[in-house]
Amino acid sequence: MDINDVRGLGSVFALIAFSGIIWWAYGSSRKKRFDDDAHIPFIDDDDGNPLHGDKDRSK
Amino acid sequence: MSTAFDHPEYNYKVVRQFAIMTVVWGIVGMAVGVLIAAQLAFPALNFDTPWLSFGRLRPLHTNAVIFAFGGSALFATSYYIVQRTCRTPLFSDTLASFTFWGWQLVIVLAAITLPLGLTSTKEYAELEWPIDILVALVWVAYVVNFLGTIAIRKESHIYVANWFFAAFMIMIAILYIGNNLAIPVSLTKSYSIWPGTIDAMIQWWWGHNAVGFFLTAGFLGIMYYFVPKQAGRPVYSYRLSIVHFWALISIYVWAGGHHLHYSALPDWAQTAGMVMSLILLAPSWGGMINGMMTLSGAWHKLRTDPILRFLVVSLSFYGMSTFEGPMMSIKTVNALSHDTDWTIGHVHSGALGWVAMVSIGALYNLIPALFGRKAGEMHSIKLINIHFWLATVGTVLYIASMWVNGIMQGLMWRAVNADGTLTYSFVESVEASHPGYVVRVLGGAMFLLGMLIMAYNVYMTVRKANKEADNAVAAQA
Repeated sequence: MDINDVRGLGSVFALIAFSGIIWWAYGSSRKKRFDDDAHIPFIDDDDGNPLHGDKDRSK
Repeated sequence: MSTAFDHPEYNYKVVRQFAIMTVVWGIVGMAVGVLIAAQLAFPALNFDTPWLSFGRLRPLHTNAVIFAFGGSALFATSYYIVQRTCRTPLFSDTLASFTFWGWQLVIVLAAITLPLGLTSTKEYAELEWPIDILVALVWVAYVVNFLGTIAIRKESHIYVANWFFAAFMIMIAILYIGNNLAIPVSLTKSYSIWPGTIDAMIQWWWGHNAVGFFLTAGFLGIMYYFVPKQAGRPVYSYRLSIVHFWALISIYVWAGGHHLHYSALPDWAQTAGMVMSLILLAPSWGGMINGMMTLSGAWHKLRTDPILRFLVVSLSFYGMSTFEGPMMSIKTVNALSHDTDWTIGHVHSGALGWVAMVSIGALYNLIPALFGRKAGEMHSIKLINIHFWLATVGTVLYIASMWVNGIMQGLMWRAVNADGTLTYSFVESVEASHPGYVVRVLGGAMFLLGMLIMAYNVYMTVRKANKEADNAVAAQA
């Protein structure tokens, strides 16, 4: 096994890792939690934007 | 500044300090930029003074806008965002205050040493070794404080903005220290420990990740918090943001080789740099689309809200420069663009259009909130709008003039006569570039004027907030 085999395996590893991330991010069982996580910036909202009266959507 | 605006729980003091200094250093750094741009158009502005000459002031400009202006913006927003999204005060107020004063000292030392001609000559890493050690200490304190705050968080999930900030500061620590390893021969002179071509590769491994992590990942952290905040709706796709994060940080580190096309760097390393740069288009545009689409269903807000306009236009410039970058990394394109003003135009489409405009938008949301007002409630919305147009038109003038200059220079340098001799001498290309240099000064000056208007608006906002706080105290008495 020479250095080029290691390089080839590196590419395979990168492909598996990337596929894993896609699977994890888009898995249907995690959809709700990520939708909730997207609301974190609005959690302790004491300063809604005065220019447009959008309310905190997490409540 | 009084203590009236202190948050009951969070450390807003350090955020206020960095936020105000962002505006101050922005003006200083951009003013130096306008001066050196004017020197290229009118060389007499060197005044035959060594410390006012282009070669010494250019690194002062780049260090001031990247590390003083951009750095202060990143410190301010990251300290603010990490506290609010983790619902916990900073890990250490002492470390926070050390990072503020340490960073200001670094900036002052840079402003003294660079005009004196004391430089290690590495781009975006010009500071000599004693200042590098101070930078490293401040940076490690920053990383410890930020990750420490995440460690004591009360919110179980780490919001995506914090992932981007964490990646940015960890990578910058590794790259800055790695690239600046040097053997000192006196207090003000050192030599890199890396030899020849390896030194060049290490330098651009750092240099391109100053772009990729300092000027991109960090500011994407700002984008993922302030675009949703200002738009009043969560990010378009949180799942896309996860893929965006991992793809961006794992690809950016490999792209630096494209700065060394047709050099002594081995061909395979040049090609690897080019291919990784091309792949980078995907995560860059994924993030840009994610930010833009956050406004879907709320586009009408752009009509009335100049702060949101700053944020969205910054994303357009981000999309444009992350298309241009991969294109310029293609070897055959680079053969035309390398060493021309096209490169300078590309950098400024990212630096003015993306980095500065997203920071300005974030600060307009942030500063009122730090002084007891509602987020985005600046003294004058009208002045923000004027600032927006000055910044946008200024950036467009800057990059368009550099496109014209760059492509013209590239074509003139490669033109040959039938007998193989060069058609143009170098100085002819300089002469032909003069109109473009004048337009650039105009564009840069417009951008700077916008920053001065911002400073006035910030000053008036803080004054108003102080008065309101005094009145509230008087009413209670």
